[in-house]
Amino acid sequence: MKCLVTGGNVKVLGKAVHSLSRIGDELYLEPLEDGLSLRTVNSSRSAYACFLFAPLFFQQYQAATSGQEALRCKILMKSFLAVFRSLATVEKTVEKCCISLNGRSSCLVVQLHCKYGVRKTHNLSFQDCESLQAVFDPALCPHVLRAPARVLGEAVLPFPPALAEVTLGIGCGRRVILRSYQEEEADSTVKAMVTEMSIGEEDFQQLQAQEGVAITFCLKEFRGLLSFAESANLSLSVHFDAPGRTCHLPRPAIFAVKDSLLDGHFVLATLSESDLHSPALCSPELHRLAPPLQAHSTPHLDDFASDDIDSYMIAMETTADSEGSRAVPSIPLSPGLRPPCSPGPFSEDHEAEPSTEPGTPPPKKFRSLFFGSILAPVHSPPGPSPVLAEDSEGEG
Amino acid sequence: MKFRAKIVDAACLNHFTRVSTMIAKLAKTCTLRISPEKLNFVLSDRVASGGVSMWCELEQENFFSEFQMEGISAENNAIYLDLTAENLSRALKTAQNARALKIKLTNKHFPCLTVSIELLSVSSSSRVVTHDIPVKVIPRKLWKDLQEPTIPDSDVSIYLPVLKTMKSIVEKMKNISNHLIMEANLSGELNLKIETELVCITTHFKDLGNPPPASEDASQERPPEQMAEVHVDIRKLLQFLAGQQVNPTRAVCNLVSNKIVHFDLLHEDVSLQYFIPALS
Repeated sequence: MKCLVTGGNVKVLGKAVHSLSRIGDELYLEPLEDGLSLRTVNSSRSAYACFLFAPLFFQQYQAATSGQEALRCKILMKSFLAVFRSLATVEKTVEKCCISLNGRSSCLVVQLHCKYGVRKTHNLSFQDCESLQAVFDPALCPHVLRAPARVLGEAVLPFPPALAEVTLGIGCGRRVILRSYQEEEADSTVKAMVTEMSIGEEDFQQLQAQEGVAITFCLKEFRGLLSFAESANLSLSVHFDAPGRTCHLPRPAIFAVKDSLLDGHFVLATLSESDLHSPALCSPELHRLAPPLQAHSTPHLDDFASDDIDSYMIAMETTADSEGSRAVPSIPLSPGLRPPCSPGPFSEDHEAEPSTEPGTPPPKKFRSLFFGSILAPVHSPPGPSPVLAEDSEGEG
Repeated sequence: MKFRAKIVDAACLNHFTRVSTMIAKLAKTCTLRISPEKLNFVLSDRVASGGVSMWCELEQENFFSEFQMEGISAENNAIYLDLTAENLSRALKTAQNARALKIKLTNKHFPCLTVSIELLSVSSSSRVVTHDIPVKVIPRKLWKDLQEPTIPDSDVSIYLPVLKTMKSIVEKMKNISNHLIMEANLSGELNLKIETELVCITTHFKDLGNPPPASEDASQERPPEQMAEVHVDIRKLLQFLAGQQVNPTRAVCNLVSNKIVHFDLLHEDVSLQYFIPALS
């Protein structure tokens, strides 16, 4: 295999590697007929990312030397990233980047031809590997939204960099809503601040989704693709299927960017809707989340009836004990980790959905639904992987 | 109990954001006191805060174009809320390009201060950012601990040097000892001292000036050269100095020997009083 990248494309390649490094620790490199593919998956198999660079992206592209089988290799992400560590330097000094792999050597050679005749050669050891292929198809997702990366970049700006998960949904008036998602811990007395960003439909190039649908996914992982899309000035599309009538179990969301020379896909697992304790975007509360906006600054008479702090205050005064300690009445939230099997809008079709028992592995309720076996074709497994969820007891 | 306020002026918004950022640097959680004319950020003398207390006051009409509040009752027309200061500061920081900012007391499953920001946007559509800051409503019986502190009769009152300078000095001293001695006299001299077995370091500030005394008698009694001294925890002093991003309009330090250091600052139209107790 031999690929030669020149000019501005070197930085694009570097940016893609940076994005991939936000997801996984190993980079799967595979030269294909339709281009060079770079893929990665995270350790919990809840996030998969891939970039495919078309042959035209390269000044020279040779997938395999004639007669030989195309080589696939797996490299440490850290090593490959080190080549493109400082994008600013890459942009300023690198004129050409040559990536080559031949069957005889045990190294992937990345050679940077820089200004002033400087040549940097990186010999990265690799492992042979199977093809990493996640099972997903954007076409199967009924809901799509697409916007310039800049719009989405501005949309996530109010959220703290440390925020792990975010809920994306369609609110009243076809507004797109992003809301910080916090896992409710039953015993925590300190509640976290909830931030919500509401964007009008007009800012989107495509919005194919009904009001009320929502998904929750890892924001940190999404930011990886977002920063790539922003730097390349591309549009980003989100394909998803929210749990509900059409699917009972959460399907991963597919985030995609595309232009004539490359395409990128980030496939992120989504949280199952039944795990959402905070007012879900699908609930009737929705109508309160996106009040109709007043274009002018004339004070619009807020209806304080819904901001009923008084009854809460009354409850507080009577429960305060004699020492005068601050008694905060316990907030009735859905009990613990076991979601109530309450009649929701989707319960007619409700099968025995396994709930997350307290004994399950650490906080992430994301499930890897889209990796059957690496080599297996189309069918996603009918239920969540047995490792992550135990059967519920007498549920449904 | 109701509270609703709105800011439409960019300068007011920036100023309010700066105040909230300062408060966030001074205290992790504090009490917000809302009354018809004023907003106060209060930190009361508690073990948790190490005895430090703070009283920050601003006139609401200097910031808000609209301001409506209704306290618990007509006789007790105030609202006291406990909140994490950083939340408010973070929420306000997202209002960089805001057309309008509204703050409301709401009850969304639990009491919140909802900050709702209408952003300016290039396209015709508007964008709205909402932050729900969880708050704890403080019952009336605890209000007595959260009143404006009485200014102690100080032994020496002196104007402070540029706070940034003071901060960089105290920062270096912190590496050597936690125990700092602040001393000042009525001749405009302020010293910051640390003493360890191996080394003593003193920084002398001169010609700082002293504010005019409260009464004639007080100044005549005390010899101008005599230092009033307070031993404080250097970290508390540093936290206070780190919170002052902008040099205040007026900065006075009052020392009560071996008791307390009282800082009295004025940032444009926002007053801040900060008390650091002496080490026991």
